[in-house]
Amino acid sequence: MKTHKKARQKEVAFYNNPENRAIIYQVLALAGIFIFTYFILNNMFENIEKRGINTGFDFLSSEAGFGILQSLVAYDESDSHGKVFLVGLLNTILVSVIGIIFATIIGLLVGIGRLSKNFMVSKLSMIYVETFRNIPILLQILFWYNVVLASLPSPRQSISFFDSIFFNNRGLYIPRPILESGFTAVIIAFIIAIASVIYLKKWATKRHDETGEDFPLFWVSIGILIAAPTLVFLLSGMPATLEIATLKGFNFKGGWTLIPELLALAFALSIYTATYIAEAVRAGIEAVPKGQKEAAAALGLKDSTILKKVVLPQALRVIIPPVINQYLNLVKNSSLATAIGYPELVTVFSGTSLNQVGQAIEIILMTMAVYLTLSIIISILMNYLNSRMQIKER
Amino acid sequence: MKFLKTASLSVAALALASSVVSADTLDNVKAKGTLSCGVSTGIAGFSATDSSGQWKGLDVDMCKAVASAVFGDASKVKYVPLTAKERFTALQSGEIDMLSRSTTWTNTRDTSLGLNFAGVNYYDGQGFLVSTKIGVNSAKELDGATVCIQAGTTTELNLTDYFKANKMTYKPITYDTSGQTIEGFKSGRCDVVTSDASQLYGLVLKVKDPSSVKVLPEIISKEPLGPVVRQGDDKWFNIVKWSHIAMLNAEEFGITKANVDSMKGSKNPGIKRILGESGEAGKNLGLDAKWAYNIIKNVGNYGESFESNVGKDSPLKISRGLNNLWTKGGLQYGAPIR
Repeated sequence: MKTHKKARQKEVAFYNNPENRAIIYQVLALAGIFIFTYFILNNMFENIEKRGINTGFDFLSSEAGFGILQSLVAYDESDSHGKVFLVGLLNTILVSVIGIIFATIIGLLVGIGRLSKNFMVSKLSMIYVETFRNIPILLQILFWYNVVLASLPSPRQSISFFDSIFFNNRGLYIPRPILESGFTAVIIAFIIAIASVIYLKKWATKRHDETGEDFPLFWVSIGILIAAPTLVFLLSGMPATLEIATLKGFNFKGGWTLIPELLALAFALSIYTATYIAEAVRAGIEAVPKGQKEAAAALGLKDSTILKKVVLPQALRVIIPPVINQYLNLVKNSSLATAIGYPELVTVFSGTSLNQVGQAIEIILMTMAVYLTLSIIISILMNYLNSRMQIKER
Repeated sequence: MKFLKTASLSVAALALASSVVSADTLDNVKAKGTLSCGVSTGIAGFSATDSSGQWKGLDVDMCKAVASAVFGDASKVKYVPLTAKERFTALQSGEIDMLSRSTTWTNTRDTSLGLNFAGVNYYDGQGFLVSTKIGVNSAKELDGATVCIQAGTTTELNLTDYFKANKMTYKPITYDTSGQTIEGFKSGRCDVVTSDASQLYGLVLKVKDPSSVKVLPEIISKEPLGPVVRQGDDKWFNIVKWSHIAMLNAEEFGITKANVDSMKGSKNPGIKRILGESGEAGKNLGLDAKWAYNIIKNVGNYGESFESNVGKDSPLKISRGLNNLWTKGGLQYGAPIR
């Protein structure tokens, strides 16, 4: 047997050996890719050099010289293009986070709604999904933006709530709390409240396991989380004041402003992405065998308990993977903000900055790298969540 | 659509890479049979489509003049509408042969983007448009105002400088297109629109009731607008530059679209040189001897182009002002063709 195998190996030439062959092909393919990339890059830099276009990343430290409407960090016109990058990035993250939160809530409700036995609820959910899923997101963004602008009054005729919240076509103005020194006590009270809620949950689970008795954990927790800090706040003499926006000259000043661009964009992204999430939720719930629900009902559980304790935990395994995709899409779709002037990364950095410094390749590469990184981070987080939700096979 | 274009331009930028760029734009244009000319997505009087879908305007005439000089035919132009943000990338990547899109000549653009400005076909300055309702009579009263601007323009930078110099604050709303900019203004998102003064007159026409808005008297910057070409192709640079100069000289000598044929018999040596009856101007440019004749025949002289597109024969009614010939107190001064 041994000699036979040796004899056969001798017959086969080196390059005909399947193992060697596989390696050779892979090496050749890799070399091909390297040479191709090198050729492209080399040619690119040569051409750029020939045409006298600046290269490199020096522009990041040069003065930007233009204003940005909304910034989460302190920014003024004399800051650098590098700072513009940061401002744009944070604005992208802000609208993505808001969008993801609302899309998830709406998607979950509508997805469950589509399966409702109530005719109205299920049909309305269906109409919602079919309408908003089938209109391009860019059109929706432009539509909501123009609706928001057209339906709101000018600053002088603002809609006001309790004379402290104002809503007009320049944005939504809400009071800004100004914290004084005594406020730390309130924060500490809040942390203690969180800790006690965690303890309470452990205790309730244990009691449930032992005696089977239910404890209204949710409402009690909310009560503790609100009551404790409020009590401390009142006892310590209210160490915070509210800065209310006031009309000065053309616009309101002071307070916090949510600009209409942000409202319209977050709204459009949430509404659009929620339709896909709703479908994923519906698919997930329908994937849970009917017998599970019937068995739970036979045990005498309430409908809401069946949904919460039996159906959703099993459905989540099916729901999470497609929802990851939708989160990624939402982040990428936020770049469409450039149409309505919301100052996110594509608008300010690969828009205005690009035009001021003219270094398309560097700036586009940086922008692409940002979306790639954000997407990968979301994927990693969600895959972690997914792996925790999977059936633990023993 | 716009997003697609931005995306394709980005790809084009990366493909600066692989395209083995032939430095000779003239040969390229001749081989293609058309001139790819970058224009705006719609600036009244400068480059916009009329009701029948034809491109019209002062900047469009610049494209037509170059096409006439090269082909003797003003219709051999492919117009590529670009937003302010897209324009330089389109030119750098070779998607267009020249850019004629109300582009301000600045030091940074001329020296670091690999571009050359081939003259000034409109001397402009930045101004402000406000609604008469807000009761503002001077730009100095605009402290705290919300300002609509078009992204990727020198306007954004001038605005910053002006407000800083006058110790005022503002909130910028930056839109992609001039269309969205005026929509934002009309819906009350901003108090003020700022742009080149010439464009503001066009915007006034787009407002339902033009008497409800007004242009403030301050002009806060110098905006010399002109055609742009890629750096490193002097032959092509010359052709674009001299196409503009030919139109200026034609006006100075009184040669018009209507009388260009009868002028051919003129004894004036200056006119003879322009029309290619004597001298070597055409040959030196690498063009036909009748290059300038073709420009005047097809497009007209600078004054004709100005008056019909933005001046007294147009809805904009902009006066010649700085854009008059040097002999009439303006700045338009054509170097001699000899």
